[in-house]
Amino acid sequence: MSTSRARVLIVEDDPQIQRFLTAALESHGYEPVCAESGAEGLRLATTRQPDVVIVDLGLPDMSGLDVITRLREWFQRPIIVLSARSRESDKVGALDLGADDYLTKPFGVAELLARMRVAMRHHVGGEIQPRVEIGGLVVDLAARRVTRGKEEIHLTPIEYKLFAALIQHRGKVLTHRQLLREVWGAAHVESPQYVRIYMRSLRQKIEDDPARPHYLLTEIGVGYRLSDA
Amino acid sequence: MPNPADQRPDPDTLLAHVQQAERHARRGNLRVFFGAAPGVGKSFAMLGAARELKAENVDVVVGYVELHGRAETEALLAGLEILPPLSLEHRGVTLAEFDLDACLARAPKVVIVDELAHTNHPGARHVKRWMDVEELLDAGIDVYTTVNVQHIESLNDIVAQITGVHVRETVPDKVFDNADEVELIDLPPDELLVRLREGKVYVDEKVRHALNSFFRKGNLIALRQLALRATADRVDAAMREYRQDHSIRDTWAAGERILVCVGPDPLSERLVRAARRMATALHAEWLAVYVETPYLVRLSREARDRVLQNLKLAESLGAQTENLSGESVAAELIDFARTHNISKIVVGKPSRPRWRDRLRPSLVDEIARNSGDIDVYVISGEPGAPTIRPPRELHRSSQWPAYLKSVGVVVAITALCALLFKRIELSNLVMLYLLGIVLVAVRLGRGPSVLAAILSVTAFDFLFVPPLDSFAVSDAQYLITFGVMIATGLIISSLAARGKHQARVAQQRERRTGELYALSRELSRRLDLPEINAILVRHVTAMIDGQAAVLLPDAEGHLLDPTHFCTRGTPGKSEMRYPVPGNDLGIAQWAYDHRQTSGHGTDTLASADAIYFPLNALRRCIGVLGFRPKDPRQLSIPEQMHLLESFVNQAAIAMERVQLAHAAQTADTQIASEQLRSTLLASISHDFRTPLASIIGSTSTLLDDASNNLEPSRRRELLRSTLDESQRLHRLVGNLLDLTRLTSGPVDMKREWAAIDEIIGAVLGRLRDAAAKRDIRLQIPDDLPLVRCDEVMIEQVLFNLIENAIKHTPPESPIRITVKAWPAVMEVSVVDSGPGLPPGEEELVFDKFHRGRREAAQSGFGLGLTICKTIIDAHGGQISARNLPEGGAEFRFSLPLDPTQPTA
Repeated sequence: MSTSRARVLIVEDDPQIQRFLTAALESHGYEPVCAESGAEGLRLATTRQPDVVIVDLGLPDMSGLDVITRLREWFQRPIIVLSARSRESDKVGALDLGADDYLTKPFGVAELLARMRVAMRHHVGGEIQPRVEIGGLVVDLAARRVTRGKEEIHLTPIEYKLFAALIQHRGKVLTHRQLLREVWGAAHVESPQYVRIYMRSLRQKIEDDPARPHYLLTEIGVGYRLSDA
Repeated sequence: MPNPADQRPDPDTLLAHVQQAERHARRGNLRVFFGAAPGVGKSFAMLGAARELKAENVDVVVGYVELHGRAETEALLAGLEILPPLSLEHRGVTLAEFDLDACLARAPKVVIVDELAHTNHPGARHVKRWMDVEELLDAGIDVYTTVNVQHIESLNDIVAQITGVHVRETVPDKVFDNADEVELIDLPPDELLVRLREGKVYVDEKVRHALNSFFRKGNLIALRQLALRATADRVDAAMREYRQDHSIRDTWAAGERILVCVGPDPLSERLVRAARRMATALHAEWLAVYVETPYLVRLSREARDRVLQNLKLAESLGAQTENLSGESVAAELIDFARTHNISKIVVGKPSRPRWRDRLRPSLVDEIARNSGDIDVYVISGEPGAPTIRPPRELHRSSQWPAYLKSVGVVVAITALCALLFKRIELSNLVMLYLLGIVLVAVRLGRGPSVLAAILSVTAFDFLFVPPLDSFAVSDAQYLITFGVMIATGLIISSLAARGKHQARVAQQRERRTGELYALSRELSRRLDLPEINAILVRHVTAMIDGQAAVLLPDAEGHLLDPTHFCTRGTPGKSEMRYPVPGNDLGIAQWAYDHRQTSGHGTDTLASADAIYFPLNALRRCIGVLGFRPKDPRQLSIPEQMHLLESFVNQAAIAMERVQLAHAAQTADTQIASEQLRSTLLASISHDFRTPLASIIGSTSTLLDDASNNLEPSRRRELLRSTLDESQRLHRLVGNLLDLTRLTSGPVDMKREWAAIDEIIGAVLGRLRDAAAKRDIRLQIPDDLPLVRCDEVMIEQVLFNLIENAIKHTPPESPIRITVKAWPAVMEVSVVDSGPGLPPGEEELVFDKFHRGRREAAQSGFGLGLTICKTIIDAHGGQISARNLPEGGAEFRFSLPLDPTQPTA
């Protein structure tokens, strides 16, 4: 499987984290490449053509957000962001700039691998399944129908659009702005309350226990994610 | 007289000398080129000296020199640095003036400023050039300047007597006396006259005629003598000072104090100058006083202005001035002299007819009789000098109604007498008339009472005294009746006037004391700075109608626009923005920088229409009070000025008190936060050490186990504990960071519409492993309103509360989370059924570093609940903790609900 080993570029200045990421990724069959600065990261991204880039937002030479902006000028593959807690606005900024997902330090390896898998799947398997199963739910995207067992769940058009957007990016986090743009249109990106209200009614229709959601997960301060499990 | 006990220099005098020497070290030197008349070559000599300095590489600049087109003087200017003059616009004319600010900014070692006595043009900072020079000296710049003898204040009148030309531009003696060097530029009168004839002396066409009489040889000789004597006096003084400095014993006058009494008459000016000369000769302190008597109260405004001018003159000549008020000038003077240790009194002898001296002793006589051991010097007035009398017309016009009333009173009494005539004795009728005269005298004053007396006598004589209906008097004893009536009227009216005056004086004094008392009472409360400002401007404008404002400096000492301004008792509106003219701020700044009053009526920038008082506290100047009276004349009344100054002083002290209290409080807070920091460090190091010990222990065990002796399950256990403890450390660091972020300055919140139910769901997701094992019961309505909050922070609150509930209660006990929406608030409560909080500590749990139970197995960091409280407080909500009667603890917080819910 050496030929098909996915190459992961790690842009991170902390040697300890570099070391543990390298070890973890190697042991899970990836080929890690390390860069210690933003500039080196951008250079290695062009020369080594990685399949995934992991970018730390706190870099010594330039902002991680700048790295993402520059990368996204030509780089189509997944970017995963590493960030400290309480920097929610940085995370949102990175996601809005085109990062695929984020991880809050400290994080476990399992979490990182899961995020990478989801991100890579979205980039590899571009085609959308017409029929998606989520827990006991079946969503027929062609027929715009959601059923649980035999029973059809009636969704309003906006609820459906919201649900569909999450399904399309299943496992990935979507910021409030991204959801607002996709469902309500670019004019409404500054009205996060829309998402809150429709997400609540969507949960009440889809979740078994809406107060403890299983599928429609909230990423506090960032956005929403449809569980991949 | 020399006193044997006084052989040693007085310590106070010595101290004054030391202080003066210190001041001198910092102050610039003043060198005066002194001459007897224009044209003797002062400017020439001064510029020559400047060239010499220049040749010695001393930094010398020419600040201002009047060339008067003299070529030889102009030639000396070549090669010297010349400051450009300041151009001042005044009524369309551009005037050149010495540029003080430019010179201060240039800060040369020596500056040449011609004509010390020059009066500055309106718009310059100071009224007089010598004030500019004082400021230069204060700034440590040496000044070379020129003065003629006729400009010396105390010699001014002598020069006028000699030459008949009165010079208005004068320099106070103290400036001349304090000059470090005086160089007499002497030119024999004959040579000066030759120079004059050759046209080498500048003469203005307009005053040529006056000057022609000025430059008479006799005058020039006298002036030269004066100049020589003034210089000699200075040398003499310098010698004396030297002796004093070197403790050479000498006879010196023991503490002479001279008192001069001034009034509104022109003689007073001469009195002041005479007293000054006497004081200089005796090296004595001197005081000038004005005694206001009922008689003088009625003086016209011009006369009162003259009194003020005379007092000002005395002040400028170095006297202390004082305003007294009382019945008798002599009594007040003697009283004042005794309380102030006066040794000599100087009074004027007004020319007045001898018969008046017979009637009433003159002031001089009265003083001489009561002065005791105080010497009295009498300066005679010029013959024919007009004496000032209270104007009469003014009173007459205003008293017409009084005279009419007095006539009315006599008519009424006459009518009454007509009714009673023949029924009672004539002598009793006289009593009725006398009663009327007394009434008139008390109520209406002297004139009406005299009129009433005359009318009464006339009516009584004509109508009631036989022979009736004629003025003939058959009985001579009625003449006594008439005399008594008139005398009664005069005595009573003057008594009444005196009483009224005293009442007025007492009233004024009472008003002043009352106002000061009211101010100090208001200021004695606990106040902040703006409140004190508001009180000050309110009191000032209540006393004198006008606009007042307090200007406070910023951190660099630049005054800012006023914070409080006010017009007569009512807080100012924005259209009354004060101060209006832009350069007023500069005047105020000057007052602040120099800690001296500036603006209207003062020596500095007197052309302004507002006056600026520095708020001088003990240690520094706090700000400036600006005041623009509606009637600027109010400021020339010494009483008003004193009261204003008292107000300003009181307020300044109150302000300093507030600032000191504030500083003390800051220091207290700093101490408290220091204590907090050390508690925090102690607490944290404990909380860090426990998990670190377990991590180090576990990992080192694993590393040491090279030969794989450990059971696989044991290895996992160690790894699990390492992970758990690391996560515990992670939470601790997170809490510490949050606390720092939340408590160091204003909380930076990102408020957006958020759903509490969603946040609770997310928290339970984050706590999934711990929460999954517990029985957590949620009571959340489906249609909960949205809350405007910082979602991340509220999540932190809920996380801490729920995690606490999980950690501190037995695993099988249930936890209830309830959300309720009230009209104005959303309430969230987390209830556990654990052991509860220690009784009495329900509220303490939100304090920093509080732990539920000491040495509990679960480390509580103590920070989580403090963070919750800080966050909820920042949101304007409330958080509380209590023990439930059925057992367990309840943590409850509320967040305000926005009445306008968003629509979707």
